Amino acid sequence: MEFLLMLYADHSQFEKLSQAQASEAMAAYGAYTGALQNAGVLRGSNRLRPTPTATTVRVKAGKTEVLNGPYAETREQLGGYYLIDVADLDAALTWAARCPGASHGIVEVRPVWPRSDM
Amino acid sequence: MTKHWLETARTAEMSARASYGKLIAFLSARTRDVAGAEDALSEAFAAALAEWPVRGVPDSPDAWLLTVARRRLVDAARRRRLDEATSEQLQWLTEPWTDDDELLAIPDRRLGLLFACAHPGIEAGVRAPLMLQVVLGFDAATIASAFLVAPATMGQRLARAKAKIRQAGIAFEVPERDALNERLDAVLDAIYTAYAEGWSDPQGVDPHRRNLAEEAIWLGRLITSLLPDQSEALGLLSLMLHTHARREARRAPSGHYVPLAEQDPAQWDLVMIDEAEALLARANRTGASGRYHLEAAVQSAHAVRARAGRADWAAIERLYDALCVLTGSPVAALNRAVAVAETRGLAAGLSALDALAADERLQNYQPYWAARADLLARSGALEAAGRAYERAIGLESDPAVRDFLQQRAKHHCANAVRPGCLRYRG
Repeated sequence: MEFLLMLYADHSQFEKLSQAQASEAMAAYGAYTGALQNAGVLRGSNRLRPTPTATTVRVKAGKTEVLNGPYAETREQLGGYYLIDVADLDAALTWAARCPGASHGIVEVRPVWPRSDM
Repeated sequence: MTKHWLETARTAEMSARASYGKLIAFLSARTRDVAGAEDALSEAFAAALAEWPVRGVPDSPDAWLLTVARRRLVDAARRRRLDEATSEQLQWLTEPWTDDDELLAIPDRRLGLLFACAHPGIEAGVRAPLMLQVVLGFDAATIASAFLVAPATMGQRLARAKAKIRQAGIAFEVPERDALNERLDAVLDAIYTAYAEGWSDPQGVDPHRRNLAEEAIWLGRLITSLLPDQSEALGLLSLMLHTHARREARRAPSGHYVPLAEQDPAQWDLVMIDEAEALLARANRTGASGRYHLEAAVQSAHAVRARAGRADWAAIERLYDALCVLTGSPVAALNRAVAVAETRGLAAGLSALDALAADERLQNYQPYWAARADLLARSGALEAAGRAYERAIGLESDPAVRDFLQQRAKHHCANAVRPGCLRYRG
């Protein structure tokens, strides 16, 4: 079963880290990605650029509306994702707990809706 | 008025908490309807919070709660369609309690309830959560967090398990001699599972998790008090107390993780260790030797460091030899390899670890990679150690342990001939 692990965090906190702390955090993510690969469950992952680089697009009443910034003005913002393929939700939650994002912020785990099931 | 209410509420809560399992067990023993008992008791509890501040706390709070809960059960039974089973229950529920002693000394049916929770007909993964809910009163969301399961899922599993107890007629009974050992193993396994989950928050930051370890110990004490001659029950309690005694030493004041080999024995709870040793001695006297008994003996051999300055690694190796034969567990084999490194040298330890490399069960087990990394680093194979540390780091969910592993990896890498042996894979 495929699950999307969405990493939410307050990026202003990340900016406050020292060079050493930041590189250690990145190393932790690298190790986590490696562990997923070695377990054969990683289907994809990416880090996203911070929210100032986001642009929101909406079409309302036939008109396209383009705005600067992310959809929701929350303190925690989406910073990256992991797409994994595991046996069940319990397994997905175990991996989510290992993600450094779970201690820096929050990891939302959502099952992919398979086309065959729609 | 508010202060008085708060005090009464506290008394009500303490009474309910301490007696929760006893009351649930008593209320559901005959009907086998655990969910119904929980509902009735929670209504009785609400009634207590309303009445006691006005009428005063009764002499026997337990008996009061029980009487009210029973009344609720009768009402609920009457509201259901009257069939034979229900009318039988109704009869038992409405029997007058003439004996005052019976009111004050509620028979302890908790042991039967624990065995019911660990009945073979109950799915293995839900036994520990079930015990935590029905004997200790934890809610599904708290239990779900501890076991890394979605709260809705945990709620469903618990409801299914309670339905199974009711519909399949699982009795609240201590099994007969032949079946006792086997069934007791299931009960002890469930208690240990709860303890292990509670253990993962040694700093006690999460108030629910910290209590989980202590609740598991409480259940262990309950079992040994009710079955004082069972070596596995004594062994389990000894094991839990030994590891719990070291909880303060597992974290430095800064919050950093401190592995066992580096802990300061002065921070171990020596009184608790003494209690654990006494239980182990009792287990030894029974002459039997099961898994928990052996594991307690391993902890005892580690605790020796407080007196002798070094753990008794020869004993630890022998004990894990026995555990490997008894359980076939890859974790026991891993721990044995670590002990071999201490008794016969790094090469022998690494060789023992290599024998486990093909075991799939260890591939995603952090301690396996951490042990590999440590032995490789100590024998000078720094690049291989770096890769093993990388694996361990990626598998660890506790940020303090992850941090510790990263520091270790950096420390060894700093001494590597080739710089940059830890590469970030983007």
